[in-house]
Order: sequence, then structure tokens, then C-alpha cells
Amino acid sequence: MRAPAARHGPTLLDDERWLGRLLLAPAILYIVLLVGFPFAIGLYYSVSDATVGTRTLHFVGLDNFRLALENATFWQSLRNAVVFTLVSQAFVVVLGKILAMALYRDFRGKWLVRFLILLPWVAPISLGSIGWLWIFDPVYSIINWMARGLGLLAPNAWPIWLGQPDLAMASVIMVNVWRLLPLATVIILGGLCSIPQDIHDAAAMDGAGFWRHLFLINIPLVMPIMLVALLFGIVFTFTDMIVIYVLTRGGPYDTTQVIASLAFFTGIQGGDLAGGAAIALFLFPVLVAVAILFLTLARRAEVT
Amino acid sequence: MATVETRALRKRFDGVAAVDGIDLPVREGEFLVLLGPSGCGKTTLLRMIAGLETPSSGDVLIDGRVVTPLPPRERNMAMVFQSYALYPHLTVADNIAFPLKAHGMRGAEAAERVQRAAAMFSIERLLKRKPRQLSGGERQRVALARAVVREPVVFLLDEPLSNLDAQLRSAARDELQQFQRRLGTTTIYVTHDQIEAMGLGDRIAVLDHGRIHHLGTPREIYADPADTFVATFIGSPPMNLVETDDIITGFRPEQFMPIEALPADEPVRRFTLDVGRVEYLGADRLVYGTLAPPLPPSRVIARLPAGPELPVSTGERHEFAVRERDLRHFDRASGRRVN
Amino acid sequence: MSTSAITIKRWAARGGHFGLLAAFVAFSAFPFYWMLITTFKETNDLLATANNPFLFNHPPTLEHLRVLVVDTQFVRWLGNTTLVGVSVVAITLLLAVPAGYALARLAGRWGQQMAIGIFLTYLIPPTILFIPFSRIIASLGLQDSLWSLVLVYPSFTVPFCTWLLMGFFKAIPRDIEEAAMMDGYSRFGAFLKVVVPNCSAGILTAVIFAFTLVLQEFVYALTFITSSSQYTVSVGVPTFLVRGDVYFWGSMMGACLIVSVPIAIVFNLFVDRFVAGFTVGAIK
Repeated sequence: MRAPAARHGPTLLDDERWLGRLLLAPAILYIVLLVGFPFAIGLYYSVSDATVGTRTLHFVGLDNFRLALENATFWQSLRNAVVFTLVSQAFVVVLGKILAMALYRDFRGKWLVRFLILLPWVAPISLGSIGWLWIFDPVYSIINWMARGLGLLAPNAWPIWLGQPDLAMASVIMVNVWRLLPLATVIILGGLCSIPQDIHDAAAMDGAGFWRHLFLINIPLVMPIMLVALLFGIVFTFTDMIVIYVLTRGGPYDTTQVIASLAFFTGIQGGDLAGGAAIALFLFPVLVAVAILFLTLARRAEVT
Repeated sequence: MATVETRALRKRFDGVAAVDGIDLPVREGEFLVLLGPSGCGKTTLLRMIAGLETPSSGDVLIDGRVVTPLPPRERNMAMVFQSYALYPHLTVADNIAFPLKAHGMRGAEAAERVQRAAAMFSIERLLKRKPRQLSGGERQRVALARAVVREPVVFLLDEPLSNLDAQLRSAARDELQQFQRRLGTTTIYVTHDQIEAMGLGDRIAVLDHGRIHHLGTPREIYADPADTFVATFIGSPPMNLVETDDIITGFRPEQFMPIEALPADEPVRRFTLDVGRVEYLGADRLVYGTLAPPLPPSRVIARLPAGPELPVSTGERHEFAVRERDLRHFDRASGRRVN
Repeated sequence: MSTSAITIKRWAARGGHFGLLAAFVAFSAFPFYWMLITTFKETNDLLATANNPFLFNHPPTLEHLRVLVVDTQFVRWLGNTTLVGVSVVAITLLLAVPAGYALARLAGRWGQQMAIGIFLTYLIPPTILFIPFSRIIASLGLQDSLWSLVLVYPSFTVPFCTWLLMGFFKAIPRDIEEAAMMDGYSRFGAFLKVVVPNCSAGILTAVIFAFTLVLQEFVYALTFITSSSQYTVSVGVPTFLVRGDVYFWGSMMGACLIVSVPIAIVFNLFVDRFVAGFTVGAIK
């Protein structure tokens, strides 16, 4: 027998289940409206003939995808994007690991060193890239000036960093590494710091040298967190267009064009919304792959 | 001041019953201790009484009124947590005033109540500090002051002494008992430490596997345990249990002594003991041994004074005995006491 | 091994460590150093290839900064960025603080899945969404308005900050919430009175990171905003200070420094907390 609740009784604000839903709902709603809805619209555009001018849309099936796949520039952009991403990330992860290990030790002036190393990540990417644009300037490039001063450059050689196909790709990769290195470093450093000191001590007692310690303890324990850094790096690089937009506009001859920038030039500057949307959607499989990897990682972490 | 009662209270987590049908009547003004090993359901029971956990079935009553559907804030109980749960962002004074503010009391009356509560635990000089600047003992006092300030009808204490070091603990125990006696507020106290339970409780409820095995005064629980679990959980070393036929016979180590130490005119039960090991503990000796045939070879312990009389040495066979009135008998199948 | 050999080895290791860090610092900070020099150099000096570019062959000048402040709308862009930043941060906190708490505490088993789901939406980049957004913004009549950015930016700050705050909320002991409930507050009251004040460091971190994300955003601003008076700094500087072939290098570099350095200093103070929240959320 249950007596009726006296006084006020419980309210919605006491009920864990309902309160949870209530607190979560606005954020979910916002995300659905501002990520899910535009994404759906994007899917719809990609099978329509939307342009900047038109008001009415017609269904055109997979024409936009067919056009994209028949376009040599698209294939080149896809290749460029893959090269851009993989090479950048290889450098970022290896350099990030080395730098994190160097920063793991205590030394005087660490704060300043960390501050200087973080700068590229914190500065707005477009502005950082502008800085590099000036460094790579075809006439006044400081790199060329220094190289010449050091005698590394033949008397008649004067590389145009952003104007020669191979050099342009190398340059944008370098700028991207420069920009993402700090993020990877701090994430890996966080992982290094979370290894309990006992493990290092135990390894030292067991007589493990630097390399054995590195490959048997350090790298395996930091691996999950390095993967997180890598996944972020892949997503940020593969879908980014800012570095390329500012430095080369995809040139010369589309040799640095990537999918994201091609979508921008087609959809916004070219006015072909449908074509641009279709191209941008080719970014999606990579995101899904990264998401699946991420989920697997999270699940494995949950089990252990 | 109030009575608290639980009726057929159950709580299941993922199909496992943490609390498995508990009927617990707590009397007005009583200091009741919930005692049991970890995982026995004592904390879950306390949290259901507090309203922090919703029972799977059954009811909680305060003063005879069902409060099961009420949230914690409407039960007028105060709780002291194992971690003390002081609010890190507030000063000691604001911590103590927090329950008053929550009930809309501000100004001079609130300030005066805070002063009174602080004085009760002599922490007036700490009022301006933040919790992280306090020692463990000081934190515990602040937590108690915060609990009394609202003058609740019931105190709930969840192992409030377990984070103190051993020296502080006995002083804190003493203090806790004094203040409860003075206020006379019904108190439910959870612990796994039987010394704490014996010292503090008017009555003790011994729990295991979500059930109450014995509810009684410390004396009753020690002298006449309701079943073999209580018999072996309470007392250190625990009660000796000797299995014969359908009956388990139990007796406390201090009641088990060489036959010559017992008065000849009292009825006794004799046991022949092969002494295995003798351990000196200052005032006492613990004699570990095995019963000789015809009894099954049970391991038993005797607690004897450490003096030179009653010599017992390793490897010898000795005649021991227990007064008949000190023997307890338990049913072998159910473990329940039969006499 | 003799002691001198050990000493030599130690010095070599220390030297190697120093050299390694110096190389990384040079790589990371050189562009900013170069910006600094460029900002205060006369244009003639910049463009004279015969001169040593590291030296001030003419006296340092404030002309580039004058151009930036007086002849461009840089100050206005800063104002625009601040307006957008503050509005976005407000919206973000309003949505992400309750959501992060709900995911940390109130949601049961589906909470973890939900949290990962929300986090994954952060990975959906502007470059997939900007084309449909351009039409949505136009049909809302928000094209060329800062409010378009205020509307759209929370789509990435909310998932990010929800995730970050979830990590911070998980670190707050449950006991103190339950104590507040015993002391007379509802579940929600305990959240407001006890959890939020104790998470002020986490909330501050979220504010800084949301603001930084806004400051860095480029693609949406480039797509939605067309008139120079509505630019944010990240779009205004690279767009407005390039006139055909003429680059206002000194002014651009000055603008980069003015924007980057203060943020970097604040960031540096919070980076440890950020990494903790970020990786705890990701791994645990």
C-alpha cells in the first residue's frame, strides 16, 4: 500500500532519465538542424541541377557524380588529396612523437619552447598560410636567399616554390605539417605523461636500453593516443582547403588541387552548386572510415 | 526525531539483488549501525533510505509515512559521506550554510545557526578556509556540522571515519557518540568495521548478500549470534565452530580454556586439543589447535591470558573445556541457531 | 665505463636534446619571426633583393601598421570577429554545458554511444557542408551578414565543447552532487549550484577553445560574406590586403602577429587542461 506523496513530490528536475533527455535535447536538436539538415540538402543537391542562380531544382540522378568521375581534374584532385594527406601525416606523426619525447623531459625555458611550438596551431590558419606565402614569394623568397647565402643553390637556380608542380606540392605539405605538428605533439605528450612512472622504473631495472624501451614500452603504450592524433590529422588534412586556397589556389595546373578546394571552386566560385556538392561528397567515405576506426578504438578501450 | 522503517525493500542492479527484501525498523532517537562485509548491500540500503537510489520494490517510511517516491530534498535527512563531499568552491562557513540556503534561510538566523553548528564541533576558527586547506579530521567535523545545521530528523552516515587514521578514529568515534546522545537524533550508520559498530551502535544490523542476518544489541549479536555467518563475522578471532552430526557447536575463543582453569562444580563440555601454535599478543595468548578424535579434526582457537599459569605449549595434547552455558548450537543445513 | 666517458655521453645527450628542440622551434616559429621583421620594415627595403633581408637596411617603420589600422577595416574586422566569437561562445555554452553534463552523468549505457556520435559530427568538415549552407543562408536572408556565422559556427563548437566538457564533468565527484541533493536541491539544482561552479576551469577552457575555433574559421566566412565591412580577420586579411598582384606584405604580417600572439599566450596556459579533457574523453 502506497500513501500519496505529501508536499510537492518529485518533479521533472529530479528524474534522472527525463532530466538527461531535457538537457541533451537542445544540443542534439541544434546539431541535427545545422549538420544533419545541410548534409541531407547536400545529398539532394548532388543529384539535382542546382546552380547559384536557379530557384527550381530538377532531379538528374547520378549525372553530377558521373561528370565528376569523367573529369580528369577530379581524379587528379583525389590523387593529390591522398598524397597530401598521407605524406603530411607520416611526417606529423613521426616528428610529433620525436618532439613529444624531447618535450617530455624537464628543462629550463620549457614554457617558452612550448609556446613557440604551439604558435602555428593557434594562429588562424589563413593568416599562418599568408606568412608562408611571403616566405615562398617567387621574387623575395627568404628560403632562396638563405640557400644562396649558404651556397646550396646553383648560381642560376631560383626555385619558384609555389609555381613549379613538384615544389608546390612539397610546399603545401610542409605548411600543413607545420600547422598540424603542434596538435599531434600535445596529444602524444598527454599520452606519454599518462604512462605511470613505475613502468619506466621497471624497464630500467630490467636493463632495457633506449631503443628497447622505445619500441617495447613507449610506443606500444602511446599507440592508442597516437592513433587518435593520426585520425584527427587525417580528417583535418583530407578535408582542408585553407592552406591550398591561400597558397596556390590549386595551381599550378591543378597539381595541388584537392577535393575540398575543387568543390569550392566548382560550387561557389563556378556557381555549380550541384557539381560542387557531388565532389564534396567524395570526402565522406574517408570520414566514415575514420569514424569506424575511431569507434573500434573507443570500444577496445572500453573493454580493457 | 523520527522513526525510519523499510518494508520488503529490494534493489536489483543488472539482475543481481544488492538489497534483497529488507525489513528494518529503526526506533526514534536510536543509533543503528548497518554492519557487513563490502558488497553486502549496506550502502545501497542507506542510499535508498536517503532517496539517492530508487528501490526496485518495497517502501521506505519515515514516522510511519511512505516516502518512497519523494526525492532526497523532501525527506529532511542529512547525510555524511565517506569522502565528506564538502563543496570545494565554498568556504567552510558557506559549506555549513549550504543546506540552510537551499531551504531559503538567509541572513542573521542562518549566520547564527552556522555559528552554533561550528561551535558544536569546535571549528569556528576554520570558517573562512576552503576545504582543500583542511586536514582529514577537520573535514570530517565540517561535514558533521553541515549535517546538523538544518536540524534534520534523521542522520545518515556512510563510513564517515574510514578516511581518518587510526589515532584520530577512536577520538572521532567518541565524539560522534557524544553528539548523537546529546541531540538524540535518529541515526543510521554504515560501516564494515565491527569495532566501530560495537562501540557506537544501540543496535546493529548485520548484513550479508543483501539480507539482514541479525538485528540486535552489540551484546546480543556477540553472545547469541543468529546464525553461523554472524558468529564468524563478529569477533576477532571469530567464534569456533565444530560440526557434529546435524549440529554445529559454537563457542568463543575466550570461553575455551584448559580444564583446570574452569570451576569443577559447573557442567562443562570437554575437548581434547592438539596444540599447533601459540601466539603471544602482549596481554593475551592465542592458542591454535586441532580437535583430537573422536571429534572431526576442526581447527579451533583459544584466547588465554598471557601469564605463567596455565602453561600450554606447541605439539602437546591438552584437555580443554567450555562451560555448557557458553555453548551455542546451529542447524547444520541452514546455519541458524537452534537453542 | 670511465667517469669521463659518462660525462661526455651526458653532455652529448644534452647537446642532442638542445639541438633537436632548437630545430623544431626554428621550424615552428620562423614564420612568426619573419612576420615580425617584415611588419616593421620599409617596403623599399623588403623589395630590394640586394639587401640582407634579416637586417633593417632602412630604419624600422610603423607605416604598415598605420595602413592596417587607418586604410583598411582591420579594426572593424577585429570587432566583427569579437562579436561573432562572443555570440557563438554564448550559444555554445548554453547548449554544450547541459549536454556535456547529461552525457557525463545522466545518460546510461546509450550515453557513451551518444557522446561518440556527437563527437563524430565535429569531424564533418565545413568543406562538405558549405555548399548546401550557402543556399540555406541565402533563403534565410542572412547572406553577407555576421549572423549567418553566429548561426552556423555552433555546428562545430557545440560538438567539440560538449565532448570537452563531458570529460571535465566526469572528473567531478558524484558525492558532492548527492550531498547537495541531501541538502535540499533537486538533481538540476545540484547541477547548477555545485557542479557548474566547480567546473569553472573546464568551462573557461571550453570558452577559449570555442573562441579560437571561431577565430580560425575560414571556409564558411569566405562563402557567406562578400562585403569587406562584414569580414572576420581570418578572411579579411588574406582577401583585402591583396590587390591583384600587389601584396601589402608588411600590413598582412602585422595583422597575423596581432591576432596570433595574444591567443597563443592564453592558449599556452590552457593546453594541458585541453589535452587532459580531450584525451580522457577519447580513450576512457
